[in-house]
Amino acid sequence: MEAVALKEREDQIHIKGKAPFAIVCDKDSLAGAVSQRACVFCGSRVVLYPIADALHLVHGPIGCAVYTWDIRGALSSGPELHRLSFSTDLQEMDVIFGAEKKLYAALSELIDRHSPKAAFVYSTCIVGIIGDDLEAVCRKVEAEKVIPVIPVQSEGFKGNKRAGYQAACDAMFRLIGTGDSTGISKHSINILGDFNLAGEIWMIRKYYERMGVEVVANITGDGRVDDIRRAHGASLNVVQCSGSTMQLANMMEEKYGIPSVRVSYFGIEDMSEALYDIARYFKDPKMMERTRELVQTEVRGLALKLEKYRKALSGKKAAIYVGGSFKAFSLVKAFRLMDMQVVLVGSQTGTVEEYTELEAITDPGTIIVDDSNPLELTSFLREKEVDVFVGGVKERPIAYKLGIGFCDHNHERKEALAGFDGMLNFAREVYSSVMSPVWRFVPRKTKKQEAL
Amino acid sequence: MSTNPPNSVSTTNACKLCRPLGACLAFKGIEGTVPYLHGSQGCATYMRRYIISHYNEPIDIASSSLSEKHAVYGGGPNLKLGLTNVAEKYRPQLIGIATTCLTETIGDDVRMILHEYRKDTEGSKGLPDFVNVSTPSYAGTHMEGFHGAVAAVAEQMSQGGPRTETVNLLPGFVSSADYRHLHEIMSDFGIKTIMLPDLSETMDGPALLEYEKVPAGGTPLGAIKTIGRSRATIEFGRTLASTRTGGQILAEKHNVRNLQVGMPIGIEETDRFFELLSELSDSRVPEKYIKMRGRLVDAYVDGHKYVFGKKAIIYGEEDLVVGMTAFLAEIGIRPVLCASGGRSGLLAEAIRKSTVDILREQPDVHEDMDFYEISEMAESLKPDLIVGHSKGYPLSRKLNIPLIRVGFPIHDRVGGQRILHLAYQGAQQLFDTVTNALIEKKQDDSEVGYSYM
Repeated sequence: MEAVALKEREDQIHIKGKAPFAIVCDKDSLAGAVSQRACVFCGSRVVLYPIADALHLVHGPIGCAVYTWDIRGALSSGPELHRLSFSTDLQEMDVIFGAEKKLYAALSELIDRHSPKAAFVYSTCIVGIIGDDLEAVCRKVEAEKVIPVIPVQSEGFKGNKRAGYQAACDAMFRLIGTGDSTGISKHSINILGDFNLAGEIWMIRKYYERMGVEVVANITGDGRVDDIRRAHGASLNVVQCSGSTMQLANMMEEKYGIPSVRVSYFGIEDMSEALYDIARYFKDPKMMERTRELVQTEVRGLALKLEKYRKALSGKKAAIYVGGSFKAFSLVKAFRLMDMQVVLVGSQTGTVEEYTELEAITDPGTIIVDDSNPLELTSFLREKEVDVFVGGVKERPIAYKLGIGFCDHNHERKEALAGFDGMLNFAREVYSSVMSPVWRFVPRKTKKQEAL
Repeated sequence: MSTNPPNSVSTTNACKLCRPLGACLAFKGIEGTVPYLHGSQGCATYMRRYIISHYNEPIDIASSSLSEKHAVYGGGPNLKLGLTNVAEKYRPQLIGIATTCLTETIGDDVRMILHEYRKDTEGSKGLPDFVNVSTPSYAGTHMEGFHGAVAAVAEQMSQGGPRTETVNLLPGFVSSADYRHLHEIMSDFGIKTIMLPDLSETMDGPALLEYEKVPAGGTPLGAIKTIGRSRATIEFGRTLASTRTGGQILAEKHNVRNLQVGMPIGIEETDRFFELLSELSDSRVPEKYIKMRGRLVDAYVDGHKYVFGKKAIIYGEEDLVVGMTAFLAEIGIRPVLCASGGRSGLLAEAIRKSTVDILREQPDVHEDMDFYEISEMAESLKPDLIVGHSKGYPLSRKLNIPLIRVGFPIHDRVGGQRILHLAYQGAQQLFDTVTNALIEKKQDDSEVGYSYM
């Protein structure tokens, strides 16, 4: 039988129990392997995107801006500047003679038109090659318009998506510390790594409010420039989706002495633990009491509601392929709560530590894969006879083509999957795909019946 | 009389896509072909996501995945490695290579690298053919990329030889349903046809048991080798003259008669196309289409009052805009603005030519437009509907008027690949959609809520 993976990729795939754990990751995608990853620019763009009152100008040819227009389901409770797609739309002459003047003009024009609180200027592949001095142009406009104008060094080819996260963190770090932080409670936090997809950060903020914790800045879901400028006044950074914003937390710890905790808001267990972690950190018995009450109230009744789904889904097989592998832990646990079996876990940009932890919590035989591609994924899905695949838009047609259920857990989702209610939504999502009668018509099922 | 659009340096919500995307789509319509982008990893992934959201079909686009080192020293080695890996895993018959802004700017000579690669791999078995097209994202739109890929195939893969009875049909970028309908029409006329490209199956395929590494369908490679011997080429498009098209190349290289007609949208443009087919097949229009046309005229009459005098903004790819404008004009709708992100320099003239005997007043026609500018102009034009792809949705929402979804992309509805635009049958569906949208709007806005039209 033909090998599933290209030889160069074999060490990026591990089957639990088959050999001592070892996986290679965080390396450049292999040419011709059809990676599911995007680029540095993508990493920066997705992290900064939800900052709703900032201008996000993409300096490059039209593609980079147009493919990221209104790309995330990141909601805003106020301004929606982030949903527009701004570009310098570089043309041949710009590439030959340089485009600093065009950038200056475009930036000035857009700031005058929209009066944003700050501007982020994204560098793309070609800007890295023609050598436009983004920093200088931004400095000039910043002086003239008196708002922060921040270059994001996100040339697509300078690493993978993780490098883009770093560039986004660097950009935000320049904002932090420039605002007034007086009057912030000692029981205060910044929320890092939640992007307010389908309004998730609003649910999370309400939990914190009920606990008596002040949220200084959302980084970046429903984010505001002024909040981020005073984020250094918070006592604690609470970091979800650690791949994208952990770097920022580390930089803030170093400069401002703000410690951080890593949490996940997915699944009952992780959601509860996140709130308890924070209550424990503040060492306030009253807060702990309120937190206990909150968790009890939220969880009460949830188990009963989940039962219907658990019964139906029990024993079904799930596969997970997501951007960062941190989210995958929670998903593994959430599926376990539903009595479902996870047979494949993978991510675009996981770290060795994350994969090691994943290996520890998964069942023997589970495939763990880094930076996978359609051919590998389809082969795993077939081999493991998966019932539902959790991923993003690029994974969806792979599942559907093979007649396999699908749950969108990526940034385009319209269902809130975080928080206590999120667990119920997640169960309902999985249920509504797995239990659909349409599967009886797909070859995967009809062929099986013919064989009986 | 043309008014001046607002003139911005910046682009907001572009009404175009980048050039390599069009090339990838065209390559996707050729049998056994894997599209390949010579650039950094992000381009391929972004375009896949964008295309998937329209078709709901897998589309594997390979990439050279260039990193900083390659940007400095050249992407040749990674291109070769990538081709080897695609050949090994996908076993394609052809790899269609398009460049990106990165590789165009660092000056990679893809043609030379391919020449080297062919020499390096001489004698190895099972290697695919290659075709390459230059698609710098900073020049032109996805349509230049699409037509460029078709032209590259004609240039690099056509061979000479004795004439055949076959006709080449180069429809440009239309929906999978359109390609399917064109097959039906050509076959009903009894014309042996090579359609290039052909996205009827590759981007609208059945549910499967096994994942097809390269989806079935597409223009057969064997047929492509003979396109230089066909007796004629039909190309759709009235704004094509600005680029060197596949049809022109076949005419120059192999003396194949090249016939350009507008995209057959609506009765007038379809009549012209069918006249051409009559002439080429030396037969009358089949009864089936006479009947379709008759039903369409009957439907136009039944619905004419609901649409007459309504004002429309049409936007998108230039030739689709020309076709849609011709169609809307002939049913009595008044096009007030025709806009495209493209820049052929020919849009206004093409619209004038296809509508001059119907429209008393030509609409405003503007190339190089974005949605910010379209939106600004819409304020004073006060349209009753807008017609184009789904990226016009924010505008339709703002103006509270119907959006008639046509073309690519349709990211907010299912079935974009099954929208039929072409010929009498396409016009029938478009007419019903447009008319019902206007009736629905009136009904929804009415305090009475009439239950008859």
